[in-house]
Amino acid sequence: MDAWASADRIASAVAAGRTTAAAVVEAALERIAERDKVLNAFTAITRERARAKARAIDRACAEGKPAGPLAGVPFAVKNLFDVAGLPTLAGSKINRDRLPAAADSPLIARLEAAGAVLVGALNMGEYAYDFTGENVHDGPSRNPHDTAHMTGGSSGGSGAAVAGGLVPIALGSDTNGSIRVPASFCGIFGLKPTYGRLSRARTFPFVASLDHVGPLARTARDLALAYDAMQGWDPEDPVCARRPPEPALPLLEGGVGGLRIAVAGGYFRRGATPGALAAVARVAEALGASREVEVPEAARARAAAFVITTSEGAALHLDRLRTRARDFEPTIRDRLISGAMVPAPLVVRAQKFRRWYREQVLRLFESVDAILAPTTPFPAPRIGQQTMQLEGAEVPLRPNIGIFTQPISFIGLPAVPVPLEPLPIGVQIIAAPWREDIALRIAHALDQAKVAAASAE
Amino acid sequence: MGTNEGESIDNLIEAVAAALALPIEPQWKPGIKSNLQVTLRMAALVAEFELPDEAEPAPVFEA
Repeated sequence: MDAWASADRIASAVAAGRTTAAAVVEAALERIAERDKVLNAFTAITRERARAKARAIDRACAEGKPAGPLAGVPFAVKNLFDVAGLPTLAGSKINRDRLPAAADSPLIARLEAAGAVLVGALNMGEYAYDFTGENVHDGPSRNPHDTAHMTGGSSGGSGAAVAGGLVPIALGSDTNGSIRVPASFCGIFGLKPTYGRLSRARTFPFVASLDHVGPLARTARDLALAYDAMQGWDPEDPVCARRPPEPALPLLEGGVGGLRIAVAGGYFRRGATPGALAAVARVAEALGASREVEVPEAARARAAAFVITTSEGAALHLDRLRTRARDFEPTIRDRLISGAMVPAPLVVRAQKFRRWYREQVLRLFESVDAILAPTTPFPAPRIGQQTMQLEGAEVPLRPNIGIFTQPISFIGLPAVPVPLEPLPIGVQIIAAPWREDIALRIAHALDQAKVAAASAE
Repeated sequence: MGTNEGESIDNLIEAVAAALALPIEPQWKPGIKSNLQVTLRMAALVAEFELPDEAEPAPVFEA
């Protein structure tokens, strides 16, 4: 199995006895030991645990027990997921003082129940309040396509680990774009599911109103495999919907015939580089999407997401800001303290606007099945870069990274960023709530047609 | 942003920091202030959008 082997290929080979989970995992651990010196994707490597799990899978296969759909597939998780025996860092210095987690988060347990093998925890922007993948405590995760460039964040280690061929699947979280941005900058696929679809239990939170978790992978099929293994109600997360699993994999080959696909106009065409718009145009052409729709009041939606994020983030961290403010990354500390200063009526207005905006956008989905939009306005900037040239003006970089992801996660719509070359840069396939299957089906069709594909660095 | 507005934001930061017992070191203030100014501009964009009194906020509590 080479570094670029998909989860699907690994699991088939393990199930058929062409290789062993132990061999796959050992090769992954070797790659991590070698390449992570540069990529800085991992903050912990769970070697012994992974070896023991791989041996157990091989034993079960030898006894003729059915191999799971992810048999022997190595994966890693953003370090805000609880991993038994590790303190849940959430990218921070402060959380290093936490007790080691007593148990794995349920999504790790579900992936392992399907045969996957956890190999470690991944670097991230502090407390997920980040779009760059930079981190003053652990150092920046580095983009495998050019290590002088940022991975995007906050799931930066997840982007680097998957795009760098260290693991085929990683988990991340996405509050305003933190799965989709690194997928775009690192040239891979990602899935931000519907709000409430996947359990967030035993993950370190950021903004309860907007937090999502989901997978990143190098193929749409691997996304579907991981996503299907993780679905299902979990009473431990009060936001997790009481819906039965709705597997996407059986529908993946459905093709795009009969789907009504439109391009987002207006707001989603402003503030983007020509390369980002050209990527959308290429996807639209390949899908025969000639219609354009206007997502109403998207700028206000982004503003409302910004307000809710900063104030809920401040509420979450208030005690730490009182007692350990110096231990935060300075820029994140300043953002969180400023969030504590936002007058409460403005936050409530943002939540009222959220319901209004949701109703308007859901109306769009009466006449379309999916909407295309850029994921990021530009490809990966250099690490440390502070400003960006956009439409002839120099603008601050960080707040502009999420302008196209925020209006989507704000109302919990499922979205799959698909990677386009050569920059790389992502295009979001956005679907109606609970229709991850449609976004994944379109992503898979683009992947098969080689319109969108993850490429080796 | 005019001086008066800038001053009123300084006063807001001082007052809320005192009310919430948030220790703020002087060198942090410019960063906090510029972030808050951006947030208040964003919040104004949202708040100026007219919604009926009956508009429900997005989170719904289930008893």
